[in-house]
Amino acid sequence: MLLSVKALAKSYPGADGPVPVLRHVDLAMQAGETLALTGESGSGKSTILHLVGGLDTADSGEILLDGHDMTRLDDKGRAAMRRDAVGIVFQQFNLIPSLDVAANIAFQARLAGRYDPHATQDLAEALGLTAQMAKYPEQLSGGQQQRVAIARALAVRPRIILADEPTGNLDETTAEDVLDQMLALVAGTGAALMMVTHSRGLAARMERQVHLRQGTLE
Amino acid sequence: MNVKILITFLLLPVCAVAQGFAGLGTQAEGFAMPAPAPQFDFPADHGAHPDYRIEWWYLTANMTGPDGTPYGLQWTLFRSALAPETTEGWDSPQIWFGHAAVTTPEAHFATERYARGGIGQAGVQADPFTAWIDEWQLAGTGIDRLRLTASGPDFAYDVALEAQGPLVFHGDGGYSVKSAQGQASYYYSQPFFELAGTITLPTGKVDVTGTAWLDREWSSQPLAADQTGWDWFSLSFDTGNKLMGFRLRQSDGSYYTSGTWITPDGHTTALPDGSFDAEPLATTAVAGRDIPTRWRVQVPSRDVDTIVEAVNPQSWMDLSVPYWEGPVRMVGGASGVGYLEMTGYE
Amino acid sequence: MMRTGLSALWSHWRRNPLQLFTLVAGLALATALWSGVQAVNAEARASYDAAAATLGDGQYDQLLPERGDLIAQKTFIALRRAGWLVGPVVEGRIGAPDNRVRLVGLDPLTTPSGLGPLGDAATTGLPDYLEQLPVYANAATAAKLEGLLNTPVVIDADIAPDTAITDISVAQRLLGMDVQLSRLIVAPVQPIGRPPLAEIAPDLIRRPAQGGGDVGRLTDSFHLNLTAFGLLSFAVGIFIVHGAIGLVFEQRRGMVRTLRALGMPLNRLIVLMAAELLALALLGGVVGVLLGYLIAASLLPDVAATIEGLYGAQVSGTLQLRPAWWLSGLAISVLGTGLAAAGALVGIARMPLLASAKPRAWATARGTARRLQAMGSLALLAVAGLLALAGEGLIMGFGLLGCLLIGAALLLPPVLDRVLAGAQRLATNVTAQWFWADTRQQLPGLSLALMALLLAMAANIGVSTMVSSFRLTFTGFLDQRLASELYVTTESAAQTAAFEAFVADPARETLPLLSVDTTLADLPAELYGARIGATYRENWVLLAQAPDVWTRVAEQQALIVNEQLARRAGLWVGDDLTIGTGLALPIAGIVGDYGNPIGQAIVAEPLFRDLYPEVEALSFGVRSETPQALRESLIEEFGLPAQNITDQAQIKAFSLSVFERTFTVTAALNVLTLAVAAFAIFMSLLTLATMRLPQLAPAWALGLTRRRLGQLELVRAVVLAALTALCALPLGLALAWVLLAVVNVEAFGWRLPMFLFPLDYLTLALFALVAAVIAATLPARRLARTPPSDLLKVFANER
Ligand SMILES: Nc1ncnc2c1ncn2[C@@H]1O[C@H](COP(=O)(O)OP(=O)(O)OP(=O)(O)O)[C@@H](O)[C@H]1O
Ligand SMILES: [Mg+2]
Repeated sequence: MLLSVKALAKSYPGADGPVPVLRHVDLAMQAGETLALTGESGSGKSTILHLVGGLDTADSGEILLDGHDMTRLDDKGRAAMRRDAVGIVFQQFNLIPSLDVAANIAFQARLAGRYDPHATQDLAEALGLTAQMAKYPEQLSGGQQQRVAIARALAVRPRIILADEPTGNLDETTAEDVLDQMLALVAGTGAALMMVTHSRGLAARMERQVHLRQGTLE
Repeated sequence: MNVKILITFLLLPVCAVAQGFAGLGTQAEGFAMPAPAPQFDFPADHGAHPDYRIEWWYLTANMTGPDGTPYGLQWTLFRSALAPETTEGWDSPQIWFGHAAVTTPEAHFATERYARGGIGQAGVQADPFTAWIDEWQLAGTGIDRLRLTASGPDFAYDVALEAQGPLVFHGDGGYSVKSAQGQASYYYSQPFFELAGTITLPTGKVDVTGTAWLDREWSSQPLAADQTGWDWFSLSFDTGNKLMGFRLRQSDGSYYTSGTWITPDGHTTALPDGSFDAEPLATTAVAGRDIPTRWRVQVPSRDVDTIVEAVNPQSWMDLSVPYWEGPVRMVGGASGVGYLEMTGYE
Repeated sequence: MMRTGLSALWSHWRRNPLQLFTLVAGLALATALWSGVQAVNAEARASYDAAAATLGDGQYDQLLPERGDLIAQKTFIALRRAGWLVGPVVEGRIGAPDNRVRLVGLDPLTTPSGLGPLGDAATTGLPDYLEQLPVYANAATAAKLEGLLNTPVVIDADIAPDTAITDISVAQRLLGMDVQLSRLIVAPVQPIGRPPLAEIAPDLIRRPAQGGGDVGRLTDSFHLNLTAFGLLSFAVGIFIVHGAIGLVFEQRRGMVRTLRALGMPLNRLIVLMAAELLALALLGGVVGVLLGYLIAASLLPDVAATIEGLYGAQVSGTLQLRPAWWLSGLAISVLGTGLAAAGALVGIARMPLLASAKPRAWATARGTARRLQAMGSLALLAVAGLLALAGEGLIMGFGLLGCLLIGAALLLPPVLDRVLAGAQRLATNVTAQWFWADTRQQLPGLSLALMALLLAMAANIGVSTMVSSFRLTFTGFLDQRLASELYVTTESAAQTAAFEAFVADPARETLPLLSVDTTLADLPAELYGARIGATYRENWVLLAQAPDVWTRVAEQQALIVNEQLARRAGLWVGDDLTIGTGLALPIAGIVGDYGNPIGQAIVAEPLFRDLYPEVEALSFGVRSETPQALRESLIEEFGLPAQNITDQAQIKAFSLSVFERTFTVTAALNVLTLAVAAFAIFMSLLTLATMRLPQLAPAWALGLTRRRLGQLELVRAVVLAALTALCALPLGLALAWVLLAVVNVEAFGWRLPMFLFPLDYLTLALFALVAAVIAATLPARRLARTPPSDLLKVFANER
């Protein structure tokens, strides 16, 4: 078992006290499995991703990722987990604006001490980024930026990739392309993929789908 | 009688002015007062009288250049006392002023000087006679042979004076009454000077000859409260007769007049109030005011009825206390020359 | 529509109170330093003006005694009677030794009218005046005079501080100068036909209006220094304002686009923004003027003491609020805002309606812009070089300073960019690489603050090098000049002779102070007669000299001049100088003479006595191994009053205390400018911090802790400050060189040797680093404590 989430609860402070977003979430994922997380806007999909990725802390419950209980780790521990075990692709603003594409792709892998120039080069090729390696993020299109983010997430060879509407800002064909490449590459690395998406079509391409409603998974 | 009186009053303390001239007239503050029937003591009386409040040595001259151009000249040394005493040093209460002017038909040059008594910068010594302020000087062995020098930024003069007749005394033997209320001064003149010398103008030096008139006057309370200004004439007729006459203008529009008729041999007749008359015929705009520069002068008792006209209507003395003073000539009814002084025209 | 537009614009400030604070605080600081310095200058100038107006100095020619300092009153009368329209002046000091008041006596009847309060007395109220003979003085002086006079004191605020004006009769009495005068004022209009002065008063010399030792010109340099400081501080402040305004406009692009899309005409929008800025400028200006007043009030006493000590000119130690001054403070605030905002407003005006509302990287000066900046700065530096080689005059000196400083400031960002790029290339560790890249990315946003820091540090290094070099030179100079252990004043020629006999001892040197005021090489100067002996030979350090200089001077074959005279007259060793009646001697040595505005020549005592037999020495320096014993015997056996003997230490202490005051003022201004620069950094970092979340969030998401990010922020500030400090050192030294070798020569006539003070520079650098750390601490801590949700929003929200 790669990921085991039990009784996860999270609320955000609201005007009249805390507003529960996640009430009781249970979820398990095997290594290499792909999972689509769907739900209405505002239902808490991103929140789950953030908690799993150690970007935020839960109110209660347990998140076991690769044997580590994310809810028990401190800032430093969670940072280490992010660095070593997780690849993250957000909807936007994934990249570090001061670094060029090559440095962005290599960044996390080097942080994690797992940088492999050849693998990186292959990734870039596979994602069609070779011509953009010396460019800066602001010089790229939205699709190219997302590809760089994916390349970066893959370059670190994580146990799990958390993708939050990675193609949400892209047109349909580009989205398909990017997803194809991502799925192929994920399969190649043996990482698990948890992807938030609004698109039924995209969700259908995952091995498993879960739907978030009123703070629990269906 | 002339401008110096006015200056004196302007120099008096502000509070005194506020009390009015009448108040001043009665306050002599220890100063000596002129009295009728004076007994003059010459040459001592040509000198200063520090126990009187005000005093002057005042000389005017009508001159002509080699080409017949008429010129006028004025020189005044004036003493004003804050207290009836004289001391050495800067503390002396005696203050001296000098005015000097030259008039040509086209131009008028005037300048002034100030000095404190007690340090030697200005003064009058009776014998040998010397009256001076700075480098200006009227001096000679006696009062009837004098040399006069003065200079300003744009003019200078240096003339010799020789008296051709005796001193003449105005009013009652030198006691000259200035108002119906009895204000009076000691007043005598030497109107018989013959003059020769040079004047220096911006255009160069000019040799001049002519006649001059010296006035000596001192007093302690000269003007009445309601007197606003005066018109003063000194005229020399070609016949050899001379006339001194003035008209003191009063605030109610009436005048007080006085004068002296002087024959060529120096005999005098006082002209009491009303027997001398001067009537303005035409005015000229001078320094922003209208000043009469053409007059009808009448002394009925002497058959005098003459038109007097300014040689230069712009003879304006633009000094700390401004007034009009310049040479005149007779242009109808009689012939001759003279000097006119007018004050109090606003 | 106006109201809606304004409320929309204003909402930005409500959401970003920090930016509002930065803007107003920047403006206020800029205005404060500028107007504070201006207030000090204005106050000092007003004091000189009062002095000039009450004394006629500068306005009129004056007649002075060629020798000594008295004119017989009869000379005055002789001049008047020769047609010279001159007005007498009596001058002296009265009151307790430590509380002296300069008393000036005038004669209102002969003084040119308009000269002081007495000028009018001649035409108005003369009798009153002569009856009371009042003393005119300002309120502070009047208080000092209490009990000294039996004449009424009339308070007149226009009279120079520590000066009282009265009638000449009163002054002569109070000063014991019966029938003596100090000088004569020559009326501007004189009668024609006057004889020449030499015929009437051959022992008087005529000093033309605006003569040589004019207080104004001497003190100008000091004020120029202050003004330069004020301008520099203002520039630093305007950097802050410029940064703040640029940021605000950048951030409001989206709002501008929306407002325009909703139908607000562009020019109305611009007017609104300009009005908004005007209001802010006025607010900042008012606060700044108030702060400036505080600065000025605290600096003024030291400035006053400095100026009085250095130049003998009196400056009131209390500040008056002059409308011209606070109006100029407001004006400069508005102008500065306009200057800083012009570019931003033009940008808004040119922005196409459909342009991206997404803020570009903050103030990205890239590519051509950066190259242009570099070229501009190189051009300015080239001009500075040319000026240094070929320029002349004080204005040129300050032009040189301006070009140097601005050129160097503009060069800083490109230089730092290159350095950071190099560091990035060299970095092996990925965090380090990211650190350098990110630092580089931040550079445009920080460059204004860093330029401010550069200027502040350079000014600090430059001015403190100058002042410390001055101090070192001056103390050395004092040791050389104040060689004698005792200084003795005698009271009469007879006492002088007795004194010389009393102290005569072959083993002891007695050095008389023999001097006259004269004119050398057409310049006002002093001629000294020196008793040349071991003291001169051993102690005096000459800047340039011919062989056997002292021997030749002692043999009356040569003379020595001070540097001021040499430079002003364009003479050097070997040239001839004419002294007195046609006697010309070659210059054998040039002596450094610091702190003295006037030229000097030194000849041997016998020659001096031949030239000026009537001059008696009444002051002496006495060399003694046992100064205490000598002092006692002079008092007890010779009967000299104790106050006539001063010892060396006392004089040195006094002279040094004057200079300490100068240092105090300089140091205060140094600290202030540095503080403003630190504030600039602080504000830049603080504003940048909020904008930097998108740059930092990915790094955080990828595994850097917030703590680490905060630490790196701190390190970044230190690194940038350190690099700036490195650049500031050569710039500061260049500045010092310009001040010492160019400005000082032009202003005072002497060149100061330059000393280096590495320890001071190190301290300063540390101070700058500490300032940077302090400035960066709060933003860094805020970053370390940013809630993860804020970081996450970066990825979730469309901004
Ligand atoms: N930092 C925050 N503070 C307060 N409320 C928050 C915060 N972040 C998220 N929320 C709220 O929590 C709920 C879940 O947010 P979340 O971003 O997880 O939704 P989502 O399912 O990802 O929505 P979407 O499909 O629009 O991205 C929303 O109602 C949101 O308003
Ligand atoms: Mg979401």
